[in-house]
Parts: sequence; C-alpha cells; structure tokens
Amino acid sequence: MEQYKIEMLGIRKEFSGLVANDNITLQLKKGEIHALLGENGAGKSTLMSILFGMYQPDAGEIRIDGKKVDISDPSVATKYHIGMVHQHFKLVEIYTVLQNIILGAEPTNTVFNFIDMKKARERVVELSQKYGLAVNPDAKIQDITVGMQQRTEILKMLYRDNDVLIFDEPTAVLTPQEIDELMQIMRNLKSEGKSILFITHKLNEIMAVADRCTVLRKGKCIGTIDIKSTTKEQLSEMMVGRKVDLNIVKKDPVIGNEVLRVENLVMADRIHKKNSVNGVSFNVRQGEIVVIAGIDGNGQSELIYGLTGLEQVVSGSIKLNGADITKASIKKRNESGLSHIPEDRHKHGLVLDFTMGYNSVLELHDKPEFSVAGFIKFKDVAAHSDKIIDEFDVRSTQGSNTTSRSMSGGNQQKAIVGREISRDTDLLIAVQPTRGLDVGAIEFIHNRLIEQRDKGKAVLLVSFELDEVMNLADRILVMYEGEFVGEFGYNKVSRNDLGLYMSGAKRDQVNAIKEGTTEA
Amino acid sequence: MNKVKSFFSYLIRKDVVKTLLTSVACAVVGLLTGYIVLLIVNPGAAGQGFKTLVLGFLDVPNKYGMQAEALAKTFTRTAPLLVSGVAILLAYKAGFFNIGASGQFTMGVFAALYMALVWHAPWYLCMLGAIIFGAAYGAIVGLLKAFLNVNEVISGIMLNWIALYLTSMLIKDSPDMWDSIKFETLSVKRVSPGSVIPSLGLENLFAGYEYITISIFIAIAVAIIFFVILEKTTLGYKMKATGYNKHAAKYAGMKEKMNTVIILALSGALAGLSGALLYLTGIEPWYCPTNVPSMGFDGISAAFLGGLSPIGTIFSSFFITHITIGGSRLDTAYYSPEIAKVVTGVIIYLCAFVLFIKEQLNKRILKSDREKLLRKTLAENGISYTPPPKNSSFAGTREDKPKAGVSDNEKGGES
Repeated sequence: MEQYKIEMLGIRKEFSGLVANDNITLQLKKGEIHALLGENGAGKSTLMSILFGMYQPDAGEIRIDGKKVDISDPSVATKYHIGMVHQHFKLVEIYTVLQNIILGAEPTNTVFNFIDMKKARERVVELSQKYGLAVNPDAKIQDITVGMQQRTEILKMLYRDNDVLIFDEPTAVLTPQEIDELMQIMRNLKSEGKSILFITHKLNEIMAVADRCTVLRKGKCIGTIDIKSTTKEQLSEMMVGRKVDLNIVKKDPVIGNEVLRVENLVMADRIHKKNSVNGVSFNVRQGEIVVIAGIDGNGQSELIYGLTGLEQVVSGSIKLNGADITKASIKKRNESGLSHIPEDRHKHGLVLDFTMGYNSVLELHDKPEFSVAGFIKFKDVAAHSDKIIDEFDVRSTQGSNTTSRSMSGGNQQKAIVGREISRDTDLLIAVQPTRGLDVGAIEFIHNRLIEQRDKGKAVLLVSFELDEVMNLADRILVMYEGEFVGEFGYNKVSRNDLGLYMSGAKRDQVNAIKEGTTEA
Repeated sequence: MNKVKSFFSYLIRKDVVKTLLTSVACAVVGLLTGYIVLLIVNPGAAGQGFKTLVLGFLDVPNKYGMQAEALAKTFTRTAPLLVSGVAILLAYKAGFFNIGASGQFTMGVFAALYMALVWHAPWYLCMLGAIIFGAAYGAIVGLLKAFLNVNEVISGIMLNWIALYLTSMLIKDSPDMWDSIKFETLSVKRVSPGSVIPSLGLENLFAGYEYITISIFIAIAVAIIFFVILEKTTLGYKMKATGYNKHAAKYAGMKEKMNTVIILALSGALAGLSGALLYLTGIEPWYCPTNVPSMGFDGISAAFLGGLSPIGTIFSSFFITHITIGGSRLDTAYYSPEIAKVVTGVIIYLCAFVLFIKEQLNKRILKSDREKLLRKTLAENGISYTPPPKNSSFAGTREDKPKAGVSDNEKGGES
C-alpha cells in the first residue's frame, strides 16, 4: 500500500449555488512533485483554501499521513507543517532576507528573550546551502530580484520545518532562467523528502518537473495522470475540455507607413528617484504587431502612460501619423487615432457601476453618433453596445443593461477589447490584454489582435508572457530598467536568449526605428 | 406564486423600487427611534407627542385656516431644503462631498439680501446674484481640489466659517441692511417689496399666509432639470463617470480637472439659490448667526433619504420639513424645545442610512445575478446544475470572501 502524505478525498464546496469543488480527490505522495492544473476559475484556489482551513468542505475528508484530520483554521495547517509560497509574496520590503525568514518564529535567548540573530543566521545559511537556495541574508527585500524574493519565501517555509510545500503559480513573475533555477530547487527539495504541490496552468513546467498531475476543470476533477505517460496536448485537452491549437498561424506582415514614432522618451518614476523610462526610441508601422517584452516593472507601464497621456512625459517626442502629440490631451490623442486596452481593467478600463451600454461609449459619448445637443442618444448607445456584445461574444445576464461589475473578468475584458477594437483607430495599444483569462478567451483576443494587424492597423502590445510575445510579435523590443536592450524580428530569437535579455544579462545597442515600407 | 415571485424579482431590480423601499424603511425606523426618545423623556406624553410630530401640519386644528397656513409654511421651508439637497447629491454623484454647501448658502443669502436691501433689485436678479455668489464660492473648493488636490471636505469646512464671518462683517457694517436695534437684517418685504419672490396669488389658496411664494415651484423645477441633466445628458454622464471612477474618466479623455471645478461650482450655485429661496420670501430675517447655518447639512439628509435622486429629494425634503415643523409644535409642557430638535435630528440622521441599506440590497441582487449567469453558462456547456441545499446559502454568505492569500483574484480590484 502506498504511503500518501496528504489525501483530499471527495471534496465538495459550494458558494450559494456555485459548485467550486465537486467531488475532488487529490492524493499527494511523500516525496513527489504533484502538479495541480486548471484554468482560472477551475477550483484550484478553493481546494487549496480548504487544505489551509480557510474554508470548510461541505463533503469529503482530508487525511494527513493516513489519519483523518479536521483542519478548522489556518493554524492547524501550520501545525501539520503545510506551507505555501504565494503568487504575490508576503514579505516586508524594508526588512532583510534574514529578518523576513524568522519573522513570527524568532529564536530567542533564554535570559532576556532577545532575538538570537546568530542562531537564526546559522540556521538560514545551513538551509540555503542544503537546498541550493542562494540568497544574501543581509540584503533588503526591496533591493533583490524577484527570483531571490521567491527563494526567501521558500526558505521561510523550510525554516518552519514544513514537509508539504505548496507553490501557487510560482513562475508567473520569473524569467526563463529563474524558472529553470526554480525547477532545480524543486527537484532538490523533492530529493530531500519534501512533498510538493505545484499549482500552475503552464504545461511546459509540468512536463519538466512534475511526477504526477491532477487536472481540474469547472470545479470537477478530470483525473490524475503520470507525467511520464502523457503529452502536453493531452494535458491541455484535459484542462480545456477540447482540442486547443497552441500555435497561432499568421500571415506574413504587409508593412505600410509609420503610424507611431517615439523619440528619446523619458518618463519619471514617482517612487524611486530615477527615470522609469530612460530615453527610448521606436516606431510602429501599419500592419505590424510590435511587442514590448520584459519582466513586469521595467518601465513598460510608464511608457504606455506616456504614450496614452495618462502621465506627463519628462522629455522626448511622440508622433502619431506625423502629428506631434507629446503634449496633447488624452481626448485629442483618442480623436487622432489611438485606442488603448489598459493594463488595469478595473482602474482605467471600465466604470464598474455603469452598464455595459454606458461603458461601450466611454470615449465616444459626446460624439455626434451618440449624442445630440448634449443629450445622450440611448438607442444608438444600446445598438453600439449590442454590436460589441455580439461580435466579441461578451456574455452577461441582461445584455447592454448589465452592470459591468456583475460581469466576469473575462467578459469585462472582452467588452474593453471590443470597445477599443471597434473604434477602428490607426494605432491599437494593448497592455496585457489576456491577463487572468482562460485559454478560450486568450485565443479569441489573440486572433482579434492579428485581425487588426492584417487590416493594416499598427498594433503595440505589452506582454509579460513569453508565449504571447513569441506567437504574436512581428517585432520584439525587450525592455529592461527603462531601456530597450534587444530588438528581434519574428522567429529571430530563442526563448532562452529572450530570457537573458529580459533579465538584463545580455544587451544590445538598440535603435528601434524602422523605415516605412522597405522591410517585408 | 412563482409569477408573483418573479415579478417581485423584476421589481426589486428596478432602481426606483429599490430606492423607494429603502427610503421608506429608513424613514419608518427613524420615526420609531424618535418615538423611543419621546418615551424615554416623558412616557406619559409620548403618544400625543408622536402624533404631533408625525402629523405635522395635519395636527394643526382645521379652523381659521390654520392648517392651510401650516401647510404653506411647510412648502415655503421645503423649497430651500430641496435645492440644497440637489446641490449635495449633484456633487456626491460626481464623487465629491460638498460639505461646503452651508458656506455657499451663506454667500447666496448675502448676495440676495444685499441686492434686495441695498439696490432694491427685482427678485429674479437677487436670485441670480445668489446663484453667482454661491457658484463662485463653490468654484473655490473646486479649484483647490483640482489644482492643489486639497480635500474638498477640509476646504469646505474652512470656507464655511470664512463665509459666515465675512458676511456678518459686511452686513453689520451696512446700515442699509442691518437693524442694529433688533439685531437682524431689515425686512425685505418692507424695504424692497419688489425683491420678494412673487406669490402669484397663492396666498388665496393658503388662507392668506403672507410668506407663501412660488419658491416651491422653482425648487421642484430645479430638481427636475437636474434629474434630466444627470440621467439624459453627456454632462451627467461625465459627472457620474468621474464620480464612480475618476481613473477611467481620465482614461476616456474627460477633462477631470475642469469637470471638478464645474461640478462644485454648479453645486455651489444651487446652494446659493437655496439661500435666496429662503430669505427672499421674508419668512425670517438673517441674524448673522455665530454658527454655520445648518441648511447645507440638512441637505445631506434630504439627498440621502431621497435616494440620491433629485425626484426622490422632492419628497424627502418635504418629509423632513414636515416632521421638523411637527417637532416644533411638540407640547413644551412635556418636552423642552430642545427635545423636539433631538427627535427630528435623530430621525433625519437615521435617514442617511438609506445608502447603507441599499448597498446591502445591491450585494444580494448581484450575487443572485452571478449565480444566474453561472447557471446559464453551465447549461450552455451541457452541465446539469444542482441547486444548493437550503441551509448552505447562509454558510455561503458568511464565507464568501477568501480570508487571505490563497486566492487568484486579480489585483485589479484593489485600486
């Protein structure tokens, strides 16, 4: 009989009619890496919340080391040595690595109850050597890379003698090189007898590191399979429920005139006293998708704020169709042919308390199509929004009259994408347009972006997802610390190289302004 | 039965019905609390006292036209409160809390009285002056907010006091305006009859009540005009977009700074008009008080009880005036005059709970709508839906929110 570390048997959890987990069984063996695969909303988070005692299951039981346990609250889970590395790290930025690791479990002197930093340091150094987790214990969190922060989180768990380690989407913020390192760390942990639960929706990583995989779909357990005897295609089919074409086929670009030209753009950084964007120059031409790749926080957001007018530029110039818009108002930019799918759909993209109809004319409500003498033409607004709903498959309970807040994230995003694309402007700026969406919606939005490009529009895309970058880009610009450090044509760079550029390990001299129709 | 239920479910989703329901509920709770206060202070007289309070003008004996007079008085005092309420809700819809309405009201009173008593200007010009002064004073708050990011509540409160003392100084220094023996402003009715809002013969309907004017009609017209602006025009659209989500408004290219100034100036204009509507009837002189007049604050109650709708505010301001007048008639043998103010105060401020209750109601509806959509999606994908057992909905509401960490909710909502 096989020894399971953790067994979750027949777990069911409902939220007032919404079945988040329906008869799910997950068995984690001792010393294995077990992947939990599923799209957003498949029930992964709920299942983990149950394991951590944040929710109580409506049915089913949890066993640890074969014994039935009742995890009534998170402290019980801690008692059983279950630990989790969260997707968004829970670290104190101004503390050092060491201070963060011991936080809440500080070793103390016997006499005065002072913190025994020496003992703590010895322990941390020992752990980091044992598992190959290279960190500098005295560096402050705010100064170290995301990969190192993650290692700090892992050390935090090890320091607390956790045997079961749960990784929640750990690779979302890492470069390809850092991902490789993490995979190695996970293997080390496994060989030291730790059991690992690895939550993800990235198939490559599962194939690389996991022993077994449990797939969830829409709250149901689709099955648990051995990784050795499966393929990526099979996994993705299990996850989505149908065959998915992971590769996008697109025609050769037909490049036209220059639409956007940016020269020596400098943007300020509100928090740190340096420039977040430091003199970048590039252009985007008709019929091409230019992708700005890079790790989150290297100035991409600020660059887009500068282009769209959400923030003032420090210096440099922006030209749209030859006209200078460096200092133009947002309204002026919109009117002269710029549309923008914003990074944060709740902050910028939608007025959540407006209806779908109202939101569909956010930029256009005072145009003659939708208003006369200052009065809104409700019929035309509804017709416009119905068209978007129809073309972009936006689902909601009451069509144009649905309050945007009550729509799901994917449908909100589709509504924004629909609104911006239907404005049919010369330049479309899309920032992480597929963040947090399921495979179907991602596929859909990708195809729409390519469609715009094929119609001869200029598309500027900011993405942190390597797959998205590789699949969509006609030209890739890699951004690192506010500068472009690499520029590549379609299929001219390997994933690995791209990773090196993204992490700043490699850099070229880049002048990303290309001539008009010459290059095909 | 099911039909009734689905009709109810349709009704409850109508904003008007929701507002009506919550407002009435709040008014009832407010009245009951007022009754309890009466009971505590003097149990024996509570019943009679409550009757006086609730019935307002209806409790006045119906002889010698006294009841009609009381009704006329209610109307006359409703008008400024209504306009003041619209001033508050207008700013509130756009995301601003115009606590400075009282100061703008004071400036309006000053402008109206100055033009009436010093220049003997006709009533409509006095009113226009009040509007302009109120608007300018409101615009100061707007400018501070838009360009220096000064919180409108802070600047509003400060400007309230500045308005109060500035006008007192100017009025008391002017022998044309100030009666230094009676310690009040001169009577508009006596000094400049042309500055009093006309009654167009309304006094004949109300047993010759001398202060009745068309002010109530002006106020109702203003409420309707602003209802149309808010609901039907691009200006209203912009204002609401800014109020709900100023980032999205900026993203969409709306000029948020300009909008801020315009909105607060408009709100100030209404507050100023409110001052003119009260003092150009001659119902009372301006005493140059040492406290900020409460009209701006009462407007907050009226706006909230009216469900933040100009139309609702017509009724809520009438109700508030109604019980205020009822309260002032409480028998002073049993209740000191202050108690009347306490009771009406309790009722008025409990009314402000409207928003809170409505929020709760909306949450419930939202949840049931999401469930419906889920059901629809599941059905489209050929998955059968099992309705939850009855008792689990309680557990669901309690544990709906993940406590911490283990959640892949997007970060977007945190803004």
